[in-house]
Amino acid sequence: MAFAVALLSRTKQYTECPPLMEEDKYIDSRQKLEIILKPMEGAEETGLIIHEELCSGCGNCVVACPVNVANDPYGSGRGFGPTNEKVIFRVENGKVKAANVKECRRFGKDRILCRACIDPCPTEAIEFV
Amino acid sequence: MTEPITWTCTGCALLCEDIQVYIKDNRVEKVEHACLKGKARVYGCKHTAMSTVDQEEVDVNNAISQAAEILEKAKNPLLYGWSNSTSEAQVAGIELAQTLGACIDSTSSFCQGITINEIINGNVPSCTLEDVREKADVVVYWGADPMSSHPRHLSKYSYFPRGELRQRGYEEDRTAICIDVTQSRTAKISKGMFFSILPGGDAEFMRALMDGLAGRVPKLSYDFDVKRILELAAVLKKAEFGVIFAGLGLVYSIKEEFDLISEFMNTLNRFSNFFLIPMAGHFNMRGFNHNLHEETGYIHRVGFTKNGPVSSVEYSVVEQLKHGADAVMVVGSDPLASLPLSISRRLKDIPLILVDPCSNLTTRVADVTIPCGVSGIEVGGTAIRLDGKKMDISPLMQVDGLSDEMIVRRIMEEVS
Ligand code: SF4
Ligand code: SF4
Ligand code: SF4
Repeated sequence: MAFAVALLSRTKQYTECPPLMEEDKYIDSRQKLEIILKPMEGAEETGLIIHEELCSGCGNCVVACPVNVANDPYGSGRGFGPTNEKVIFRVENGKVKAANVKECRRFGKDRILCRACIDPCPTEAIEFV
Repeated sequence: MTEPITWTCTGCALLCEDIQVYIKDNRVEKVEHACLKGKARVYGCKHTAMSTVDQEEVDVNNAISQAAEILEKAKNPLLYGWSNSTSEAQVAGIELAQTLGACIDSTSSFCQGITINEIINGNVPSCTLEDVREKADVVVYWGADPMSSHPRHLSKYSYFPRGELRQRGYEEDRTAICIDVTQSRTAKISKGMFFSILPGGDAEFMRALMDGLAGRVPKLSYDFDVKRILELAAVLKKAEFGVIFAGLGLVYSIKEEFDLISEFMNTLNRFSNFFLIPMAGHFNMRGFNHNLHEETGYIHRVGFTKNGPVSSVEYSVVEQLKHGADAVMVVGSDPLASLPLSISRRLKDIPLILVDPCSNLTTRVADVTIPCGVSGIEVGGTAIRLDGKKMDISPLMQVDGLSDEMIVRRIMEEVS
């Protein structure tokens, strides 16, 4: 159970379970897990995935993310491009980029189920897994 | 890393002035804060235009002389395009039209010209995008999908940013409403406030909404929940600072009865405080209207006759292309791609000059093509944002070629 929790919180990978990887009787389970966990590939520690191919660089997430607003109130918070490096989202070469993801409100001890970057995205380019 | 240049994007008429561009050896290394459309603008044309006469490559001076000869010989030349040019080039174009006794018109002729006319003539109140950011609590996107046409519109000004009077963010402080025939990207963001109307049904919906505002029971010829119109009227009435963003969908739909827009705004403002901003597309579409208005008192469709400048449908690009014009100079537009074939077909039969940085569909049938620098990338000047604010446009890099303004002025020297 502890391993399953670690798996879901991405502190462990399923490949770190020796019986699953080594014993033939678990082949089916391993293949099922591979399918289930496929969407988590490329996810940040917080589970954030950006589908760059869908992003139009509109900046809605840049301006709506509460971490961006708190760390850059007169830049991102006012609708401009970010003016410092403390933000989570910024748009580079027409596509959104994420940094400082540990600051995300979905992460850490007082986590909340924030959707402030998901709902404003017109193309569903942001996802949490 | 090189130091960035702060740049004003000419990708659309939002003219975002906070773009950071990193350039090394006259090549763009990185662009920050611009949307995908703006980034594409920075990188310029896919295929640059060549200097040609009769589809054969020639020296640019020859192409300019040939263009001057065509325009001078024509009895009724038309100068068209202009929405992708700086104001300086537009003013030169207006002077050339005057010198030639030509017609001049822009892409606004079948686009936002009518809304811009209402605003310039003071029939409809308007405000700046900064006002929208600082004060607006109700924004209506009517027949407009800025999430597709002006991607940073909602994030930079109209919905998401914190403003002076809107400190608590969009969720609590602003209401976005979308009235459109399709569930666009903008409609998706407007969530519960999307009003789906029938194609061509804008005038009818507007009248129903006016009824709702005046406390009458709204009537519609099709099945629409009247309660929702009354709810919408109530939200509009409560607005402290409301803005209607009029898109092409609205303008196309009601263009036959355009007084309706000012009637609607007057009715709305009996109960509330609303402003209208036209969603001009090309970066300096509005500039052309302002510049022509300054010179002639008209915003588009102008013929320079013996009795001075006159504006009427007769001088519109559509009528002139159908019959009338016996030579056309197009600056910064691709009429074969953007106008219906029934109208643009005649371009193949009359002498056609194209001044454009990029090669496009119209290039293939032009008798003369003259390449110019891309405004805002290789050419600087000024432009007018979609809300009417004058903006400085500085070039990103130095190139040797001619600007559209220089080309127009060279033609003028040869014809006068
Ligand atoms: S979930 Fe909230 S805090 Fe986390 S990145 Fe998205 S908007 Fe920012
Ligand atoms: S809101 Fe979506 S489309 Fe817009 S910049 Fe963010 S990820 Fe890209
Ligand atoms: S919204 Fe328009 S002006 Fe702003 S970056 Fe995008 S294309 Fe350029």
